[in-house]
Amino acid sequence: MATGQTLLAATGIAKRFGGVQALSDVSFHIEQGEIYGLIGPNGAGKTSLFNVLTGIYEADGGTFTFAGAPLANLKPHQIAERGIARTFQNIRLFANLSALENVMIGRHVRTHATVLGAVFRGPRTLAEEKGIERRAYELLDYVGVQKRANDLAKHLAYGDQRRLEIARALATEPKLLALDEPAAGMNATETADLRRLLERIRHDGTTILLIEHDMKLVMNVCDRVMVLDYGKKIAEGPAALVQKDEKVVAAYLGGEVTLNLKGTG
Amino acid sequence: MDIFLQQLVNGLTLGSVYAIVALGYTMVYGIIQLINFAHGEVVMIGAMVAFTVITLLAGAQPGLPALVVVIAGALVAIPVCMAVGYTLERVAYRPLRRAPRLAPLITAIGLSIILQHLAMIIWSRNPLPFPQIVHVESYHVTGNPNGATITNVQIVIIVASVAMMAGLLALVYRTKLGVAMRATSQNQQVAGLMGIDINRVIAVTFVIGAGLGAVAGVMVGTYYGIAQYQMGFLLGLKAFSAAVLGGIGNLAGAMLGGLLLGIIEALGAGYIGDLTNLCGLSGWSTTIAERCESDPNLTLFGSNYQDVFAFFVLIAVLIFRPNGLLGERVGDRA
Amino acid sequence: MRAPLDMKSPAIARITIVVVALALAVLPFALAGIGTAWVRITNLAILFVLLSLGLNIVVGFAGLLDLGYIAFYAVGAYVYALLASPHFNLHLPFWVILPIGAIVACMFGVLLGTPTLKLRGDYLAIVTLGFGEIIRIFLNNLSQPVNITNGPQGITLIDPFRIGSFSFAQSETFAGLTFSGPIKYYYFLVIVMVLIIGLNLRLQNSRIGRAWEAIREDEIAARAMGINTRNMKLLAFAMGASFGGVAGGMFSAIQGFISPESFVLVESINVLAMVVLGGMGNVFGVVLGAILLSFTPEVLRYTVGPIQHQLFGRTLLDPEVIRMLLFGFALVLMMLFRPAGILPSALRKRELESNRVPQA
Repeated sequence: MATGQTLLAATGIAKRFGGVQALSDVSFHIEQGEIYGLIGPNGAGKTSLFNVLTGIYEADGGTFTFAGAPLANLKPHQIAERGIARTFQNIRLFANLSALENVMIGRHVRTHATVLGAVFRGPRTLAEEKGIERRAYELLDYVGVQKRANDLAKHLAYGDQRRLEIARALATEPKLLALDEPAAGMNATETADLRRLLERIRHDGTTILLIEHDMKLVMNVCDRVMVLDYGKKIAEGPAALVQKDEKVVAAYLGGEVTLNLKGTG
Repeated sequence: MDIFLQQLVNGLTLGSVYAIVALGYTMVYGIIQLINFAHGEVVMIGAMVAFTVITLLAGAQPGLPALVVVIAGALVAIPVCMAVGYTLERVAYRPLRRAPRLAPLITAIGLSIILQHLAMIIWSRNPLPFPQIVHVESYHVTGNPNGATITNVQIVIIVASVAMMAGLLALVYRTKLGVAMRATSQNQQVAGLMGIDINRVIAVTFVIGAGLGAVAGVMVGTYYGIAQYQMGFLLGLKAFSAAVLGGIGNLAGAMLGGLLLGIIEALGAGYIGDLTNLCGLSGWSTTIAERCESDPNLTLFGSNYQDVFAFFVLIAVLIFRPNGLLGERVGDRA
Repeated sequence: MRAPLDMKSPAIARITIVVVALALAVLPFALAGIGTAWVRITNLAILFVLLSLGLNIVVGFAGLLDLGYIAFYAVGAYVYALLASPHFNLHLPFWVILPIGAIVACMFGVLLGTPTLKLRGDYLAIVTLGFGEIIRIFLNNLSQPVNITNGPQGITLIDPFRIGSFSFAQSETFAGLTFSGPIKYYYFLVIVMVLIIGLNLRLQNSRIGRAWEAIREDEIAARAMGINTRNMKLLAFAMGASFGGVAGGMFSAIQGFISPESFVLVESINVLAMVVLGGMGNVFGVVLGAILLSFTPEVLRYTVGPIQHQLFGRTLLDPEVIRMLLFGFALVLMMLFRPAGILPSALRKRELESNRVPQA
C-alpha cells in the first residue's frame, strides 16, 4: 500500500519536438508503494513522458527528483542503476535470446563480473553466475513463464512476451517499475492475470508507474491516476474521482459533449 | 592566387565526376537503405567498355572527330552498365531486401570482388591507355598568361555533369516515375499499396544510377587517359564519402558533396606541401635547419596523401554531422 | 545455457579432446613430409584463426561491423618490426614486444572507437574501412621526412623469437625428429590458439558476453536494462584490436619481413568472411571458417595450375584470380542461401533465416 512517502516527484516537465510541444509544465508525484496510472488520449504525451523520465530524451525544462536525488541529464543505463526500470509499448525483448537469457541480462546492472572475472572464472564470479541464473528462474516463475525458459523470446506467445519483459525489468531490482501499456492486446483473462501480477509486485514492495488504455484495469488496480491531454496535465487523483472529471471526459470523447450538455434548453 | 584558381578548376572537374557517381550511391540508399558497394565497379566497367569501343573506332576510322568517338564509347557503355546494374539488383539485392544489414553488405562486397576480377580476366591486369585522340586545348581563366587554365576536356566534363544532374532532378521532381521513386523511398509499404510497382521502381533506380556511372567512367577514363580494373574501388569510396558529406539519400546533397569533395581534395593536395612545410620551423631545430639547406621542400605530408582527404572528410562528417550538410536531423523514437 | 561443445557425455568430450590434441601434436611432421611450405601455410592459417577470433568478438558477439580490422594486425606487426630489427637497431625480446603491440593496437582501437561506435551499422562499416585505408596509406608514406616505416619497401630482417640462445628460427634435432623453425613456431601458435579459443568461450558465457549480445539484439533495450552500451562496445572493439595486435607481432617474427602490401583492404574482408562464412558468433564455426579460407587458396594454387596444364596445355587463369572469383561467389551465394554460416550459432541462424523475402 502507498506509504505516503514520495518516491518520484516531477516539476514543470517540458519537451518539444520541432514544432510540437509534446509536454508542457507537467508536475506530479508518485508515492512509494502505490500503483500510479498515467492515462490520456493517443498522442497526449504519455510515452514521451516515459522517455524523458528514463533518459531517452532530454527534457527541455523541469526536473525529476527520485528517492530524494535529482535525475538530471542521466543516460538510460544510469537511470536503471538508480532504480527505475521500464518496459516498452512495442515490446523490446532480445528476440533471438532465450527467455532465461533475457532475464539474466536484466541482472547485469546489479552484478559486477568484469572481463577478468569472465576469463579467469574465480570462485566469486562462479558464485555470481549461479546466483544470476537462479534469480532469473525465480523471476520467470514469478511472472508465470517458467515453462518457456529455454524458448527464444520471439517464439513466445504475445501475453508471455509482455510478462517476460516485466520479469526482465524486475531483474534490475527497481524501486520504480514503469510499464508502458502492458495490457495492450490482451484479452480479459490475460488482463486479469496481469492485474494479479501487478498487485503482487506492489505487495512485494515495488512502486509501479503504469501507462494504460484499458480503463477497467486502470480503475481496478491504480491507487492514483494522472491524465494528460495534448502534453498538459488535466487531472490527478484517486482513479474513481478522475474518471468523473469533466475535463477528462471531454478529452477522451471530444469537447462537443460538454457544449451539448449546456446547449439544450 | 593562380595556384588557387587552378586547383579550383581541377577540383570542380574532379568534383563533377564524384557528384555523378555519388548520385548512384545516394539514389540506391535513399530508396532501399543499402550501400551499393559494387557501384564503383559499375563505373569501372563503363570506363573499360568505353575504352574498348574508343580504341576500336580510333583504330578503324582515324578520321572521326574525338567527340564522336567518345560519345560512341559512352553510348555502348551506358546500356552495358545498365544491364550490370539491373542484374545486381535482381539477382543479389532483391532477395535480401528484408535481411539484417550485414547480409546485403557482404553480398555487395562479394559482387564487387567478382566484377573486379571478371574485368581483370576480360581486359587484363594492366592499365589500359586511352587512345590519344583528343586534342587538348587550354583556355586562360584570368587575364594572366601564366595563370590558371581550363582545358576543353574539363569544360566538357563539367558541362555534361551539370546537364545530367539537371536531367535527373527533372526526372525525379517533374515526372510520374519520379513521384513513384520519391514515394517508394519515403514509405515502401504504403507506396506499394497505392499501386506503385515497387520492384520496378527500385530496379529503375539501380539502372539510372548505373547509367550515370557509365558516363562518369567514360569521363574519368578520358580525363586521366587510363583505365584499370581496380579504379572503381577508390573512386567509389570517395564518391560515397561525397554522398555522405552532402547527406545520404539527398540528391542535391550528393551533387554538393561531390563538388565540395573534389575541391577539398584538389586544394588539399595542392597546398598540403605548403601547409606542412617544415622549413618554417628551422629556427626551432638544427636538424630541420640542416635538412632544409639541401631540401627546401621538406614537408611532413605531401600530395601522396591526397587519397586520405576523402577518408578524413568521411569520418569527420559521420562523427560531427552524420546527416550531412543537406540532410535532415532525424530523431530516434523509442 | 548454450553449450559450446555439443557433446553427449563428458567421456566423449574427453576422448575427442585427446584425439584432437594428438592430431595437432603430430600434424607438423606429417605436413613437413608433404612439403616444408605446408608448415608455414599452417602457421599463417593459425594466425588467421587468431584474427578471426578477435574479429568475432567485435562482429559476432557485439554486432559491430568492422571492415578495417586488418589495421590492428598492421599496427601490431609494425610495432614488433620497429622494436626487433636493424631498422632502429632495437632488439627487444618477444615477450616484451607482444604485450606492447597489444596495448598499442588497443589504443588505436579506443581511438577509432570512441567517436564512431555510436554510428549505425552501415556507416560504422564504412568508417572502419576508411580507417583501415588511412593506416595503410600512412604506413606506406611514413618514410618522409623521417623514415619511420620505410614506406612501400617495408621492414626486413625482423628478429625471430628468442629465449636466451634458443632461437625459433633455427632447426634443431631432438629425439630423432627435426624441429625446423616453422615447426617450433607452430607449437607456440597452437598453444596460443587454444588459449584464445578458451578465452572466447568463457567470454561468450559470461556477464560481459551476454551484455554484448543484448547490445547486438536491441541496443535501446540494453541501455534501459542498465548496460553502459558505449563502454561495452568500446570494450569489444578494444579487445578485438588487442588480439589483432598480438597476432600481428607474431606475424612479423614468423615471416621475418613486413610491408604495407600485407595489410590491404582485401585482407580485412578475408577475415570478415572467415567470421561470417564460418558462423558468426560461434567460436568453433569461426575457427573452421578461418581454416577453410586459409587453406583453400593454397590448395587451389597447388592443384589449379597443374590441372589447367593438363587440360589446356597452359595456364589460362592465374590461380590467384580464380581464388578471388571463387571467394566473391562464395560470399554472395552464402548470403543468399546460408547466411548464418557453415556452423551457425543457433540463434544467429534463426535470426537470419526468419527474415528471408519469399521469392515472388
